[in-house]
Amino acid sequence: MFNSLEPNKIFAITSRAPKYVLFLFVIVFSIGLTEALFLSPEDYKQSHSVRIMYVHVPSAWISLGIFSIIAFLSILSFIFKNKNFPLISKSLAPSGFVFNIIALVTGAIWGKPTWGTWWAWDARITSMLILALFYSMYLLSWKIFKNDEKAVKISSIIAILGVINVPIIKFSVNWWSTLHQSSSVKILSTTTIHTSMLIPLAIMTAAFTLFSILIFLMKYNTELIKIKNKGLDRL
Amino acid sequence: MINEIFLMNGYGIYVWSAFSFTLMSFGSLFFITKLQFLKERRKFVQKFGLLNGEAIRVAKSQKINKQILEGVLSSKI
Repeated sequence: MFNSLEPNKIFAITSRAPKYVLFLFVIVFSIGLTEALFLSPEDYKQSHSVRIMYVHVPSAWISLGIFSIIAFLSILSFIFKNKNFPLISKSLAPSGFVFNIIALVTGAIWGKPTWGTWWAWDARITSMLILALFYSMYLLSWKIFKNDEKAVKISSIIAILGVINVPIIKFSVNWWSTLHQSSSVKILSTTTIHTSMLIPLAIMTAAFTLFSILIFLMKYNTELIKIKNKGLDRL
Repeated sequence: MINEIFLMNGYGIYVWSAFSFTLMSFGSLFFITKLQFLKERRKFVQKFGLLNGEAIRVAKSQKINKQILEGVLSSKI
């Protein structure tokens, strides 16, 4: 069923793709930065501090998205015993973690002029911090357990347990009365953000997605070469 | 004009530090990942060079090994 996803078959693509993805990322990111820093309007309430949204929101979205993919692949690897899924998950985790940290740090920077504090034990912020802890545990499990099978099992359990936190993060602003504002960009109902801000946000999200794909490809290729190195030892 | 771009009505320090932190994180993650990749590939080339006889024939028969070595050659150009 997943034969076409065999590492040996897709290495030809994954080894060539990074340079094209990097090229695309540089173009989209440059446009995004120009829009976000210079062309987009300031907010009538938050003034220029609203520009932090263009790095904070895409980072939060991508870190949540990556963790959800990792958990989904972990469930699949348990069911189908596919060896490539843990490899994909392991390669996705570093960029997901870094985006999580960016979301927390830029959120704190945004919080100071908006709320008057760098940090609050608010439901959204705290659940994002818990996500960072799950990312840390996931990455550490690959470092600690040298036995690959054990590492796959432990890291998958961490990812599956951690994904329970994802809907909590998403709906925390609706379930609890929090300091963090509710979502302005909605899929199922009308988005409450103006197009002049929505376009830069979309461009920055595209750029951040390209960056995470780039890191994923580089990490995935590294992991494949690592496996081949072990193979050479056995010859 | 320049003052407006940098100061942003007093919010410049927050905006620029948020963007700088993002850029620094991107740069660090990219270079760390690149270094790890180069280190593993260098190890692979060294190990491949130490193979002899039947082992080298078996290793060369695997398409992915050839592709890794091709990558080394093309990146030197």
